[in-house]
Amino acid sequence: MRELSLNVMDVAQNSVRAQASLVRIDVSESDREDNLTIAISDNGCGMTDEQVQQVIDPFFTTRTTRKVGLGVPLFKLSAEQTGGSFDIKSKVGEGTVTTASYVKSSVDMTPLGDINDTVKILIQCNPDIDFVFTHSTDLGSFALDTRELREVLEGVSLDTPDVLAWIAQFLEENTQNIYGGAEN
Amino acid sequence: MKSLAELQAIRDRAKAQLDLRRENPNAARVLVGMATCGIAAGARPVLNAFTEEIAKRGLTKDVTVTQTGCIGICQYEPVVEIEIPGEEKVTYVKVAPEMVPRIVSDHLVHHQVVSEYTIGAIK
Repeated sequence: MRELSLNVMDVAQNSVRAQASLVRIDVSESDREDNLTIAISDNGCGMTDEQVQQVIDPFFTTRTTRKVGLGVPLFKLSAEQTGGSFDIKSKVGEGTVTTASYVKSSVDMTPLGDINDTVKILIQCNPDIDFVFTHSTDLGSFALDTRELREVLEGVSLDTPDVLAWIAQFLEENTQNIYGGAEN
Repeated sequence: MKSLAELQAIRDRAKAQLDLRRENPNAARVLVGMATCGIAAGARPVLNAFTEEIAKRGLTKDVTVTQTGCIGICQYEPVVEIEIPGEEKVTYVKVAPEMVPRIVSDHLVHHQVVSEYTIGAIK
């Protein structure tokens, strides 16, 4: 994957398939601590310890259309190749938390990329699921919570084009703020 | 800064327009393959290109753009399937954003399949 935001889109879809009604994506960056951490949490069906071991194995997949499953292994590799770490915590019936932690200054660091686009597309393609996205840097943080948007929207779907445009701009403006006003 | 007040205005407009799309049984569907293979091959800009082109042409009530999983032809990703009620499903392969305006105009508007972009053209 060329951008970590693509790994996030991929792994977040596992949450969708696990019938989650709420998916959290938390990105925290710190130049001071030379760290970037991405956590994807859901309240989906969860996995047993044995299943967690299986999803890390590239030659395991629950699909029948093909024999390999590379989503989680690629995400894990992206973190570990920087000297960071990777972890999946899951409980059947409660949900799953996937955490990838990166050493930002590593030469093998993949750029975060357009994470806002990932969030927008996840909402667009899954308008009935709630997403909470938080992004923090040394300069500040912000959050987008579709549950709050839903309250305002009173039944108007999140995938209405004008609503998606509002979401995209909200994300962009807030991202500029936490990057110190510079284009990212 | 984007405010919730602005979102309220969008809501009121959307309600006034009465979103026909949900009730439109004849809506066409554009399905973009967005599993690991599709994403890695560049499906995200393709999905965005479809969304933009369809909005530009004012087709949002007639066409929905959404994602689908892997259909087992990873070597041909990004794969896009187009379903128009009453017509045969068409599978486009190795789709790039530059190909999207033509697919929208020829296929979704004028019902002419762009044969050279389909899976049949490369097999």
